[in-house]
Amino acid sequence: MKKTIERLTQAFGPSGFEERIRALIRDEIAGLADEVRVTPLGSLVATRRGSGSGKRLMLAAHMDEIGVMVTYVDEKGFLRFTGIGGLFPGYCLGARVVFENGTVGVIDVEGKFDRRSKMPGLEDLYIDVGARSRADCPVRVGDAGGFVGPFVDRGQHLIAKTMDDRIGCAVLIEVMRRLQETPHEVHVVFSSQEETTLSGAQTAAFEIDPDIGIAVDVTGTGDRPESRPVAVELGKGPAVKVQDAWMVAHPRVRELLVAAAEAAGVPYQMEVMEMGTTDAATVQTVRAGVPSGCLSIPCRYIHSPNELVDVGDVEGAVRVLLELLRREV
Amino acid sequence: METIPLLKQLSETRGLAGAEGPIREAVRSLWSPLVDEVREDGLGNLIALRHGSGPAPRPRLMLAAHMDEIGLRVSGIEKGFLRVTAVGGSDLRVLPGALVVVHGQRDLPGVIGMRPPHVTPADERDKAIPWDELFVDVGLPEDQVRAQVRVGDPISFERELVELKNGLVAGKALDNRASAAALTLALEQLARTRHAWDIVAVATVQEEVGLYGAITSAYGVAPTLALAVDVTFADQSNYSDEHTFAIGKGPAIAIGPNFHPHIVERLKKTADALEIPYHIEPTPGRSGTDAWAIQVSREGVPTGLLSIPVRYMHQPVEVVAARDVERTARLMAAFAAELEPAYRPAWEDEA
Amino acid sequence: MMLKELAEAFGPSGNEKEVRAVLRGAVEGHVEQMWVDSLGSLHAVKKGTSSSGMRVLLTAHMDEVGLMVIGHDEKGGLRVRTIGGIDERVLAGKAVWVGSERIPGVIGLKPIHLLEKKERSEVTPLRQLVIDIGAEGKEEARRLAPVGTTAVFATPFRELGTAVMGKAFDDRAGCAVLAELLRGEPFRHTLHAVFTVQEEVGLRGARVAAYAAEPECAFVLEGTIADDLPREKEGSPTSELGKGPVITVMDRSFTAHRGLLRLIVAAAEEAGIPYQFKQPGIGGTDAGAIHAARSGVPSAAVAVPCRYIHGPACLLQWSDLEHTAQLMRETLTRLTRRALRRD
Repeated sequence: MKKTIERLTQAFGPSGFEERIRALIRDEIAGLADEVRVTPLGSLVATRRGSGSGKRLMLAAHMDEIGVMVTYVDEKGFLRFTGIGGLFPGYCLGARVVFENGTVGVIDVEGKFDRRSKMPGLEDLYIDVGARSRADCPVRVGDAGGFVGPFVDRGQHLIAKTMDDRIGCAVLIEVMRRLQETPHEVHVVFSSQEETTLSGAQTAAFEIDPDIGIAVDVTGTGDRPESRPVAVELGKGPAVKVQDAWMVAHPRVRELLVAAAEAAGVPYQMEVMEMGTTDAATVQTVRAGVPSGCLSIPCRYIHSPNELVDVGDVEGAVRVLLELLRREV
Repeated sequence: METIPLLKQLSETRGLAGAEGPIREAVRSLWSPLVDEVREDGLGNLIALRHGSGPAPRPRLMLAAHMDEIGLRVSGIEKGFLRVTAVGGSDLRVLPGALVVVHGQRDLPGVIGMRPPHVTPADERDKAIPWDELFVDVGLPEDQVRAQVRVGDPISFERELVELKNGLVAGKALDNRASAAALTLALEQLARTRHAWDIVAVATVQEEVGLYGAITSAYGVAPTLALAVDVTFADQSNYSDEHTFAIGKGPAIAIGPNFHPHIVERLKKTADALEIPYHIEPTPGRSGTDAWAIQVSREGVPTGLLSIPVRYMHQPVEVVAARDVERTARLMAAFAAELEPAYRPAWEDEA
Repeated sequence: MMLKELAEAFGPSGNEKEVRAVLRGAVEGHVEQMWVDSLGSLHAVKKGTSSSGMRVLLTAHMDEVGLMVIGHDEKGGLRVRTIGGIDERVLAGKAVWVGSERIPGVIGLKPIHLLEKKERSEVTPLRQLVIDIGAEGKEEARRLAPVGTTAVFATPFRELGTAVMGKAFDDRAGCAVLAELLRGEPFRHTLHAVFTVQEEVGLRGARVAAYAAEPECAFVLEGTIADDLPREKEGSPTSELGKGPVITVMDRSFTAHRGLLRLIVAAAEEAGIPYQFKQPGIGGTDAGAIHAARSGVPSAAVAVPCRYIHGPACLLQWSDLEHTAQLMRETLTRLTRRALRRD
């Protein structure tokens, strides 16, 4: 599974520019689904029919990543940019980005900015792609780039860019690999545009019209030096979401995830997330409502080029979902 | 039904956004004898149908009042004390010293602790205590707390309804239980009146966290026309301006882009005919109520909003006038009963 | 193109009646079906010439930003809140039309002579601004402009050489382009045009219109920010007057479908029409609501660059308006389902 995670995290795919990651995932799931299709907004949907006696389940992990989009090329060929999704300027300072055409850039802050005493905003930063003028700049306004963040295997921990949410994609792919019998009709959605608008999962859910929705995404931890108080910790198992900024998980879906974890003997945590949300929030309010929840992978340094997860938590998530899919609901 | 006992029952029943179980059951018991069918949808909205007397297929009027309340949730457990986060727009300023109930394996009474004035530095005293420094104390040893309470457990405010002078009452969750009471009284009146349209009363969930119940129930009900009932700001002795309305002088009828002008006119005419006093509430954009979600459901729903003036909104001492609840009920019932079978709100210049 | 009549029409969000009437008159006879939906948006369907043509949604919003009367003071002044996003600083010293009867009013501040020195650069907050319609007291003010009455900037349309000036070019410019497309020759594809309401308060009309129309793809026509004024620090002007229609790659509300984007650019280049990309990440449009309708709608947004939008007097270049209409015609002519394919 580590090789899959490496391939997935390293693939290019900022929100709205998911062609390459979608092609990669398509290859990874070849032969694992009864039907594979692409929705109008670019989400990849893989369907397993199951024995038919169960419910219609939608499992979603988003394949898009945060990134940068060029807003201006100055006379000397330096780039100004805006965020694709939520960029934290602190993680951008000194980071490398790579554009769709392979151009690599370095992000730094304007010379006159007083970086010793305050944090810059995105508007104070620029990207250096080594051009000497606007005319010889290899990228244009509207081009998209993603962080450079190579994959590192530290044994128990994995570090790479875009664990958010390629780790969720990896979990779902692994579930598809190991899934044998299920009574349910399972729609696995690798959604687009989660980091910007959540529209990829929302529109896929409208089309699928599931009975239950479950997102697999990352969540922050409270186990770093001088952390804000957050109960979730790395290595204590996948987290069952109770609430985040945009949703209250449906209690019955929460209970299903908890029961599956307990039956599978997987340690788990309960999650209350103050900021941010997942695809589950928009799935929940589609049509007349879809009871939804989320199984989260604890992750440190979310939205940085060096997101860090624990392999035990990841394996735990796979086992919880397999157990859930085995049972009647 | 008597208004104040009804308000007492609805205010004191628990029903946090996302955990509305008890209030849903209370509303179900109250509404079942007054309607033909009751059901609950996937998110927990309570949907109750009264058939109209007009010829089928009958148009549908949706009357929506959210039944969820704001509160808190356990976000961490430290040395037996509970860290908390908000569910909905809880007001940080009223938390220190507040009485709460923690809904763990069983209901545990608690208090939101704060350090006494004697040991608080002087320069901190004029700032609200931040969330990170507030803890719920249930008075039990750590091992018992951990056995009975989990991260994610909901916490409600504890307050019995208090009767003030002049028919005013104070309590928690009058946003929006005052409206739920009004809708209940309206259904009572409609049970004794002929109405041509089908009436679907909906006690919605999760309004306080994002109008989610309104979004999904409106899609499921697919009404022809909708009226939401919520609360608005009443004049307080320590605050009143163009955004607040005198208490005891009737509901507010909202006007603005969220509301169909014909519905506004009909509400005004009906109120005038019944000599019900009302205010006009100008709403240039988002109304911050279920009406905002209902209006853009499917192909669009002509929507109106009645708001009951309430003081100290989102604090566990909200104040409402019983007679405003009654007037809102009468106005809603009369509006519903007067809808003619062929009536559809239109735009004057339609072909 | 009929920009003058559209720009001068009274139409703050929620009160688009006058604009609707102007557009109805302009489009009648050129389309096969017309109706008004439950929020007040005007739908017009122009059938395509091909039975295998696509169903294309085209929108432009009728509403403009404005003010709503929320109270009256003892001296006859009207207290207001904004409808949509208006920078309070542009309200001072301006003339407005109050209500669809256009009662003239003015917004004036405390005279400079009477200010303390430090007050001269202070901004008067909205809650202290009043509209003066000349009423003698609260009763008269209430009678003439009851709570809920809306107001717009009182700016007549004016030609300035190659440029024109007026109010509400966001988005009467888009409405003018859309009306022009409907008044022209039919395309292979069926055009479901919607002149939407309430964009400025939350993309409201577009959301329900897209649900109803169920299109295969959508184009949103706008009047967008041109911030091409002299500035101290080098940076993006968002868009520039005279450089042609403005194409959105990504804004705060959506990301354009890449296939449609390629199509629009190819159409511009083949037909020799100037075009520019809008500075990514700025603003939002009806496409934000449309692209997420039902199972998803591949969408794009094309706009006329305008200076000073959301203020009393906007400016645009007539050539940009014409190029925008021309680009849309060329795009619709070249559009096929292949443009929507994703691997």
